Amino acid sequence: MRRSILTAATAVTATLALAACSGGEEPAAEESAAPELEGSLTVWVDETRIDIFTELAEEYSAERGIDMEVVQKASGDIRQEFVQQVPTGKGPDIVVGAHDWTGEFVTNGVVQPIELGDKASGFSDVSLAAFTYDGAVYGVPYAVENIALVRNDDLVSDTPDTFDDLVAQNDDTGADYPVIIQQGDEGDAYHLYPLQTSFGAPVFEQNADGSYSPDLALGGDAGDAFADYLGKLGDEGVLDPAIDGEKAKQLFLDGKTPYMVTGPWYASEFTGAGMNISVLPVPSAGGEPAEPFVGVQGAFVSAKSENALVANDFVTNFLGSTDVQLRLAEAGGRAPASIEAAGQVDDAIMQQFSDAAGSAPMPSIPEMGSVWQFWGVTEVELIQGKAKDPAKAWNTMVGNIQDAIAG
Amino acid sequence: MTDVSLASPPRADGKRGSDSHARRTGPGWYVKIVLMAAVNALGLYGVWTAVVVGSWGVAVFLALAVAAADWVYFSRRMLPAKYLYPGLVLLLAFQLFVMLYTAYVAFTNYGDGHNSTKADAVAAISAQNERRVEGSETFPLTVVERDGELGFAILRDGEVAVGDATAPLAPASGSDDGTQVTGVDGWTTLEFAELISRSAEITELRVPFSDDPAAGGLRTQDGSLGFVAAPVLVYDAAADTFTNTNTGVTYTPNDHGSFVSADGDQLTPGWRVGVGLENFTAIFTEDRLAGPFLQVLVWTFVFAGLSVITTFALGLFLAMVFNDPRVKGRKIYRSLLILPYAFPAFLATLVWRGMLNEKFGWVNEVLLGGAQIPWLTDPWLAKVSVLAVNLWLGFPYMFLVTTGALQSLPGDVLESARVDGASRWRAIRSITLPLLMVSTAPLLISAFAFNFNNFALIYMLTGGGPHFEGAPVLVGHTDILISMVYSVAFDSGVKQYGLASAVSLLIFVIVGLISWLGFRRTRTLEEL
Repeated sequence: MRRSILTAATAVTATLALAACSGGEEPAAEESAAPELEGSLTVWVDETRIDIFTELAEEYSAERGIDMEVVQKASGDIRQEFVQQVPTGKGPDIVVGAHDWTGEFVTNGVVQPIELGDKASGFSDVSLAAFTYDGAVYGVPYAVENIALVRNDDLVSDTPDTFDDLVAQNDDTGADYPVIIQQGDEGDAYHLYPLQTSFGAPVFEQNADGSYSPDLALGGDAGDAFADYLGKLGDEGVLDPAIDGEKAKQLFLDGKTPYMVTGPWYASEFTGAGMNISVLPVPSAGGEPAEPFVGVQGAFVSAKSENALVANDFVTNFLGSTDVQLRLAEAGGRAPASIEAAGQVDDAIMQQFSDAAGSAPMPSIPEMGSVWQFWGVTEVELIQGKAKDPAKAWNTMVGNIQDAIAG
Repeated sequence: MTDVSLASPPRADGKRGSDSHARRTGPGWYVKIVLMAAVNALGLYGVWTAVVVGSWGVAVFLALAVAAADWVYFSRRMLPAKYLYPGLVLLLAFQLFVMLYTAYVAFTNYGDGHNSTKADAVAAISAQNERRVEGSETFPLTVVERDGELGFAILRDGEVAVGDATAPLAPASGSDDGTQVTGVDGWTTLEFAELISRSAEITELRVPFSDDPAAGGLRTQDGSLGFVAAPVLVYDAAADTFTNTNTGVTYTPNDHGSFVSADGDQLTPGWRVGVGLENFTAIFTEDRLAGPFLQVLVWTFVFAGLSVITTFALGLFLAMVFNDPRVKGRKIYRSLLILPYAFPAFLATLVWRGMLNEKFGWVNEVLLGGAQIPWLTDPWLAKVSVLAVNLWLGFPYMFLVTTGALQSLPGDVLESARVDGASRWRAIRSITLPLLMVSTAPLLISAFAFNFNNFALIYMLTGGGPHFEGAPVLVGHTDILISMVYSVAFDSGVKQYGLASAVSLLIFVIVGLISWLGFRRTRTLEEL
């Protein structure tokens, strides 16, 4: 009896298993037929751009006769997942993201250079410089964003040329805060960077093509002067680590300050709340032009793309076209990277932000990671007045960054 | 994670032994056959899929798991295994694999710059260093075909020129539209749709630009733009070296998975190799890490220890108070006390972070009437805040378990103590506490292990800050080991999975050791 049950059981499971196998053969058969289709492109985008890219992919697909698969990845994971998945062969053909991923992608060998040819001159210099690493371009830019001085026109209508005068202007205006620059417990070097560059202390030396060399430039006399200035602003209460992004936005919305240094991400909330705002370049504090970091969005082609030809066609010829750049600008609320498209933008605020962008892309070289680590927290120490000698604390930071870069 | 073996609790019907399920042909038997068939079908489907995608490890594991399942559930003998099997499989797949993989990574240099295999690294270095020849033109390019061989046609100085992999570009007769070649005699012009199916061939094709090999090769990336490119770094597979064609410098592979030149210049990317114990020794010997590491290690023990003691003390105190029948409305109080436990911990932590903000926080603003106490930014206060928030988060659990334990204490022992004239305090100290410890000590040990690795609390509340002023790594006064690993190995910009895995292993060993010692101690308690 028992044996027969066992046999019966084996027979049943075997049959079911075979059925399962035959069921499993279908996708397998499709896979083996894959070389004939071969026109399938996979694009990874994050949740903020999935809609527009799905739409664009459909158009491209209809135009070129290629299957497009747009995959949504969480914005917090997409970068790391790309670095991890490309070597396994499971990565996409194209990933859409920020230019400051370039260094990490190149040093991990997961992206390939893109030759733009004459099209290169159609993009703004800073947007191309952003995607340039070691002399080669690795991404096709489509949007540019940067912070600038946002003014509440209901409180003030003219803006001085220097940051000191801007702070002093509040003696007449009488708002709670002369200007808001968001910080937070761990600092926010990104929002302070325009002030820093106005002292002539950029993070790294910039090469002729706009990309960065790993030689630190934020030290020296210029850096010391900036450190002292931060201490002074902290002393006067102009800067405050307790004000983070959310609080900064609220204070500006509530009309507690005439100025806020921020980016286009909050601008729509301000106009949505019925405020009259203008966007201006940040006034200089140290005498030189105050240049914010410029962030550029664009598309990379995977080093292991099996459809590199189509992937390149998609990013250079399709995403690079004026019409598509304009639509991406409209969808994302950021100025287009294409010069021609930027000239056709019909949005005053976007235009003003774009005018305030300088020539300093956020560095994408891996050495930048070591800078971020120490930068913000040191600035917070300076603002809080914890460091008795600001210049000395600044130099300790420069030394630490140097050591961290050297490994 | 705990006690997976309990996934299928033994049935209480007592039908075991000779009357085993394996041989009974009741309705249960049919259910079992169907279930096992499904397991087999799923398993074999998994094996098949794994084989198709070439994941041999997964295929072997699944095949063994299915075979083992059949053996266990159709055999008459393996009764304990019938209960243990699902748990064991999950344990192997989700725990042991992860642990072994972590252990493996700990001995490699896996991380940014050493992300893949050597073959990938060689391919990436070659691709990144094939550059458009400086000052060269770009051309609208047409892909053409002759006898299955691909070629490129461009307009050079207004004349049609065509070439393929072996024949350099040479003038040919054909037609053009002024910018681009539209046809070459003897060649077929390929449409975009045809290009797609030969994508790889086209992107790999280099048509020599002239008879001089140094002039570089015409290539295309998108099938329409042609440019002349020449490699800056050339890989010699036989010698396993890269040579720079401009400077003549050669780069040879070293034992750390990188190509380096004689004067130490390193090419990126490198590849993943084993580095032995280097990740482990780095924690202790590297100056930048060793100093903060010891400070953090001490605080980790203090934090985990104090967290357990404070939560247990408060939980026990409240449990005793609300265990007293004289307290009115005990049920309401008890429900209220459990509230923090019902709150998602890291949401609560974020809320606390906001409430403890120096300037705008509710604690300073409302409770303390506008005082500006740096709860999270002063080294000592931050430590106190971390412990206090953890106390708020953790005491309901201790309250629950001690309430349960108190209620199960035998009343007669306490009563006889009272009869013997023991004071209340004496009875608590000599009877209640020891008896309580028997059932709660294992929970205290697991609470210690949990807090030892309480990453979410530290990361959400203080981010490890305030930062050690001027320290060479970004580690702070409230960082515990696991959050230090995170900031050193991930937040510093260059990801070091090898180092992170090594410290994780170290933490595993420490926690394992402490738990083992703790459980040994508990056993002596049980003998009381």
